[in-house]
Amino acid sequence: MLDTQPLFRRIIIVGATSAIANQCAKIWLTAQSAELILIGRDELKLKQITSDLKIRSPQSSISSIFVNFLDEKSIQETTQLICEERLPDIVLIAQGALPNQEECQHNLNVCRAALEINGISPILFTEGFAKFMAKADFGRIIVIGSVAGDRGRQSNYVYGAAKAMVHRYIEGLQHRIAGHCHNLSILLVKPGPTATPMTRHLQAAGASLASAETVALEIVEASNKHKTQLYTPKKWGIIMFLIRHLPSFIFNKIRI
Amino acid sequence: MKLVQSWGRLDSKLHQVVLLTSPQQSKIEIKEKFPGLAFGNGRSYGDICLNPNGFLWNTQGLSNFCSWNPETGRLTTEAGVLLKDVQQTFLSRGWMLPVTPGTQLVTVGGAIANDVHGKNHHAFGTFGDHIIRLWLLRTNGQEIECSRSVNSEWFEATIGGMGLTGVILKAEIQLKQVSGPWLESETIPFQGLEDFFSLSDSSESKWEHTVSWIDCLAGINTRGIFMRANPSKHIEREKTASKPKKIFFTPPISPVNKFTLSFFNTAYYWIQRGRSGKSIVNYKDFFYPLDGVLEWNRLYGPNGFYQYQSVIPRETGLDATREMLKEISRAREGSFLAVLKTFGKRPSSGLLSFARPGVTLALDFPNRNVKTLALFKRLDSIVEEAGGALYLAKDNRMSSKMFVKTYPSLEKFLPFRDPGITSSMSRRLFGS
Repeated sequence: MLDTQPLFRRIIIVGATSAIANQCAKIWLTAQSAELILIGRDELKLKQITSDLKIRSPQSSISSIFVNFLDEKSIQETTQLICEERLPDIVLIAQGALPNQEECQHNLNVCRAALEINGISPILFTEGFAKFMAKADFGRIIVIGSVAGDRGRQSNYVYGAAKAMVHRYIEGLQHRIAGHCHNLSILLVKPGPTATPMTRHLQAAGASLASAETVALEIVEASNKHKTQLYTPKKWGIIMFLIRHLPSFIFNKIRI
Repeated sequence: MKLVQSWGRLDSKLHQVVLLTSPQQSKIEIKEKFPGLAFGNGRSYGDICLNPNGFLWNTQGLSNFCSWNPETGRLTTEAGVLLKDVQQTFLSRGWMLPVTPGTQLVTVGGAIANDVHGKNHHAFGTFGDHIIRLWLLRTNGQEIECSRSVNSEWFEATIGGMGLTGVILKAEIQLKQVSGPWLESETIPFQGLEDFFSLSDSSESKWEHTVSWIDCLAGINTRGIFMRANPSKHIEREKTASKPKKIFFTPPISPVNKFTLSFFNTAYYWIQRGRSGKSIVNYKDFFYPLDGVLEWNRLYGPNGFYQYQSVIPRETGLDATREMLKEISRAREGSFLAVLKTFGKRPSSGLLSFARPGVTLALDFPNRNVKTLALFKRLDSIVEEAGGALYLAKDNRMSSKMFVKTYPSLEKFLPFRDPGITSSMSRRLFGS
């Protein structure tokens, strides 16, 4: 199915149309040619991104796969097919959607969809790849979580709950491989609000957000250093430390 | 709503920012959220990229390359791609943008809408001269593909058209073949404007790039540094990558004042004079020296700064430039950056393009309100009288009367305006 060129690093990006993932792809391909497999849901956008990356890196092999992000059978088949063909060097799991919190409160369908795409889907993909990569003790898995997962806040706690689930899951996976995996690293990324299509409404509301390029640069750097957790931009590590440690009686008085 | 400033940081106004992420989504967004204005990377100095209290369609999400032909060097790219991205991607394959302004941190769409020029105007014209095709989206949903042969009137109106004819979604650009990133340059100190013109005239046939820095405080004893360069034939050498510096805060008072200016200009002149002669330089250092300091515009303090860039026909150029420098020196105004360059004879592609045969002078001025504006009034009258014009990409205060008088193709441009697009500048100059 795929035009494999064994000398190239094999990089898999799930949720490849995400702005942060797209920037990571550009950085990886600028550094060196690669075999890139883009997994996404939006066919037209995936096509545009694929042709852009092919122009940027004509030596690379770039292909795309459309997968139902919530269908565990398709996810299992896809991850198995990819890993059995050749184990990936890097897997980036980046899909997500920022729901409207109020809509989640009023419409349980929206609430469920938000939990599934931000929580269940990334976990299923990670588990699918981890099965093979942990066994071989090889590669790097990068999962994009969010600072929203650090503490439930009235403004986005459904999204935050899904991201918190990803956090706990990654924590467990890291615990599982600790001790017997030395060449597999798993990085959980917690970006602060980033200027991407997902946060369009925040940008319109005047929020000053980090650029997807800055966030992507920090992700690639952290992954190269085999880090296990990254707050990006780095100031979010401090901000979230404070938010996590605020006593409830103060926290509950703040509208954030 | 979000506070947005242009590069001159003269004021910051609230805007409703809408991120455009794909041509399809752009069509839906601008049809619903208008009147508005396309906004790229915000490197225009004045009010051409602002639409206070209205919509700003941020094109930075339109950042894909669409097609590339390595045989012909033709690149089709979405409008939000930065020139830096084009240079970085294609230089290693032997291709570069034929024309770029003094920063590569502008978008392709912005470079077209302002029909920017570079140090090689006499050899390669403006950015618009290398655009093969454009894809324009009107706020009524109509998409117009235009070139010099198809819908040519739209093409001419859009190049240098201040973003007022529609949103530029994509463009096909003809890149130029190069053998590497290196330039053979020569630096020559000069005394007096006559010297500058004679150096320019004698250099233009043999040198692809020419530009001068001048000491704008030296008055009638104008002195400066003339720089010229040609692409270098295959030179292999390592370029040490230096991380750009960044100005992290805006000083409460601008450090740019008559004392620091005088000191800087004198020191810069003598240092450069000491470095005169031939050398091999990297294209980034030659074309984009200011990109090495991110957010350098903060140096002008909280009041921001103006850039005043004029073009004067050659016949009146010497006298008018001398007059302008005299006025500037008398006012003890001016900046570190004072650039003098001659434009070649080729007419620009756009109806409202700035570059035209003559001499162009560009200076930054810290905003000292009434004092600075009074100086500009005096400079305006010199420019107008000499048959010159001001650069819209840099302007923030020219009168509508002066605009009408100095942009002769304005009448031809007007029918191509998109009624769903407005900007601070359009309201100032067109009244709508």
